[in-house]
Amino acid sequence: MPYAYRPFPVVPVKTPDRRHKVAIVGAGPVGLALAIDLAQQGVASVVLDDNNVVSVGSRAICWSKRSLEILDRLGIGEKCVEKGVTWKVGRTYHKGQEVWNFDLQPDPGHKMPAFVNLQQYYVEEYLVERCLQLPLIELRWKNRVTGVAQDTQGVTLTVETPEGPYQCHTDWVVACDGARSALRGMLGLDFDGELFEERFLIADIEMKGDFPSERRFWFQPDFHPGQSALLHKQPDDIYRIDLQLGWDADPELERQPERVIPRIEKAVGHADFRLDWVSVYTFQCRRLRNFVHDRVIFAGDSAHVVSPFGARGGNGGLQDVDALGWRLAGVVKGRDPAILRAYDRERCFAADENLLNSSRTTRFMSPADGAEREFRDAVLALAGRASFARPLVNSGRLSRPCTYPLPGADDGLPQGARPGSVAPDAPLPAGWLIELLGDQPLLLALGCAAPEVPDLAQLQLDRTPEIIARYLGPAPHALYLIRPDQIVAARWISADTETISAALTALWSPLS
Amino acid sequence: MTLRTHPNLADPDATYAALLAAHKGLTPEESHALNARLVLVLMNHIGDAETLAQALDLAKKA
Repeated sequence: MPYAYRPFPVVPVKTPDRRHKVAIVGAGPVGLALAIDLAQQGVASVVLDDNNVVSVGSRAICWSKRSLEILDRLGIGEKCVEKGVTWKVGRTYHKGQEVWNFDLQPDPGHKMPAFVNLQQYYVEEYLVERCLQLPLIELRWKNRVTGVAQDTQGVTLTVETPEGPYQCHTDWVVACDGARSALRGMLGLDFDGELFEERFLIADIEMKGDFPSERRFWFQPDFHPGQSALLHKQPDDIYRIDLQLGWDADPELERQPERVIPRIEKAVGHADFRLDWVSVYTFQCRRLRNFVHDRVIFAGDSAHVVSPFGARGGNGGLQDVDALGWRLAGVVKGRDPAILRAYDRERCFAADENLLNSSRTTRFMSPADGAEREFRDAVLALAGRASFARPLVNSGRLSRPCTYPLPGADDGLPQGARPGSVAPDAPLPAGWLIELLGDQPLLLALGCAAPEVPDLAQLQLDRTPEIIARYLGPAPHALYLIRPDQIVAARWISADTETISAALTALWSPLS
Repeated sequence: MTLRTHPNLADPDATYAALLAAHKGLTPEESHALNARLVLVLMNHIGDAETLAQALDLAKKA
């Protein structure tokens, strides 16, 4: 059934407005998630959005395990899994023959699945519901930012509302206003990177189908000759179809139902469906050179945009929130603002990883004439016959959490939990390890007792097969310092109070 | 692993002839496609990234 859009109530802003600690521009998944993250750490924010409804169209639909863990920390992860379509297998076809498949979660013992497909409007709806439970968050709909000015003391935003304009004074601004970020334009900042000359038609259709909960990608299918196609199953009998159109296609013409419907009929093999939403998009793989511009911080699509085939847009944005929330909360509570440089450094590093993967996929899917196309076609031709060619088939390398380059990886403990990586989940006698991590620093004492460290909570856990495999390896015991974003900050087979204290202090250093 | 650049073919003339024979009768486009597949097959056979980098380097300079 189609999603029932319910406009959010627009409440006139009392002017003059009070001064804010943090103003978040954009109430998409990134802005809303950040407001919740800050509120859970005791920091108030105001969220300004130029509209008063959730996302029109499904848009970001593939939420990765890491995003689900972040959403779970923010209070809506279980709801997303319950509503969404869980999947972990992707299949890639060439001219009707399966040439490659992947299983993104072969290993059990994690609370969250590899991927859940859930329309962006549901994720936003759940995030808004969660925001409304938190008195530290004020949501202001139909508040469009039209001007920005900043000095060393703070930022003044000019905001247009149905009642007229007002000035919003704030210590910090986080621009979560998407790929066409108005704030980016107002600050005169440009993206660096590649723009690909390719167009895709994207459509949500409602139909009763018996398609499996798998990602399916076709190169040069019979139903769409010479091009590629992608199919994803979503809740409510909604399917997402992406069809490559080529650069010469006319976007206005292609989104007309009389053009769209016959194409989809060919793809799904019948006409028994209802068209829910259509859009035409082009690719970009670009980012801002820096995400922190004095008191204005960029997160999500406003900071970086990727082609959609690795599900690295929305998921990358939520990981920005993860890396920013605890640091910005710390700064508001009096920490050195220079720690925001660590956010900039980590997320630029992550954005480059996402851009690299997305650009490579785009090259494969939409090769330039000449050698690029010859090699791409050679890979596809060989893939059906020779297994070596199958890993070269690139229909998207799906989002995985970035491992930040932190020191301390070569201590003999498992690589999957090295400093800079997400603390791996593990089943506990009641619940999951990941549920006990986050919002504040935590010392995990695995198979041993930990020394007392001032201002540091600890959690002692017994050796279980998963703890041994994911955290200990051959070591009899270990200590792990976990950041508020569930990232491993440091680890030791054993350590004294001073060593652990120093690592805790380093979390708040701009160099960490 | 270091790229072998010394003669390594037991019968160079026969091997060269086999390469030409594989292309015989192909259009330039088909030849390009065959070469692309052949490069991928051989690339996988070599496997080692350092050796391949040296091979790419030699081919670019020649």
